[in-house]
Amino acid sequence: MDPCDHYEEVMQPFLDRSLSVEEQVSVETHLESCPWCSPRFRFEQELRGYVRVACSEEMSPSLKAKLAALRTPLL
Amino acid sequence: MSETDTEGRRIANEARDRVRFEEEALGLSDQVFRVARGLVNSREEAEDLVQQTYERAFRSWRSFTPGTNLRAWLLRILTNLNIDRARRVQRRPETQPMEEGDYYLYNRLEESAGRPLEEERVVERLSQDDVVGALSAVPHDFRDVLVLVDIGDFSYQDAAQILDIPIGTVMSRLHRARRVLKQELADRAVEAP
Repeated sequence: MDPCDHYEEVMQPFLDRSLSVEEQVSVETHLESCPWCSPRFRFEQELRGYVRVACSEEMSPSLKAKLAALRTPLL
Repeated sequence: MSETDTEGRRIANEARDRVRFEEEALGLSDQVFRVARGLVNSREEAEDLVQQTYERAFRSWRSFTPGTNLRAWLLRILTNLNIDRARRVQRRPETQPMEEGDYYLYNRLEESAGRPLEEERVVERLSQDDVVGALSAVPHDFRDVLVLVDIGDFSYQDAAQILDIPIGTVMSRLHRARRVLKQELADRAVEAP
């Protein structure tokens, strides 16, 4: 198996920081010298940020007002 | 102290706790809306869902344990309502997409550009519509986890609690969900070869 296939498999847990310290270090070492994997890891990182921004819509003021109106009236 | 005094104090305390609960819950509404918007396909549906969530939350505020995670408690209500709603509209059976690897989208983008993409801001090749469309194509069970963790910033633990599934399931669904999202993005953003 191509070693890069292994790093493709562990990319998500690596970026989630859920690998063991040894595994984490092994990925970092590989990335320093691998022109195939390193841009793909950077892309994934950027993509996650982009997905968050692209899917974030502001709540409308009218909904905000409706929610506030649901409060129990103070006597 | 007379019984009337004690009763009066109890009512006053409860009113105070209730106001505090409602204010705290309203303070989280932007975050709740953001998750809702990720879970459903239109702004209108998201607004309805958030409104129903707050109606139910304010009705059953006594079942919230003070000092626990209110944001997760609200989202649990919301995801349950969303599941009920999805059942009502009889969503079509979800086909299991072919599973490509994690590098698939990047590889497709690079292929279509015909040169390495390294020094570019690759994500700019993806429009906001592509992302929103791709997310809506991710099967619900996977989408719920993706939205909670990657858009709502919930921990695996919180997502597991909200969806009432084991943490291992959260992790495996998240992993699949991100891959499916990238496949869907590739289908939208990259012209067929």
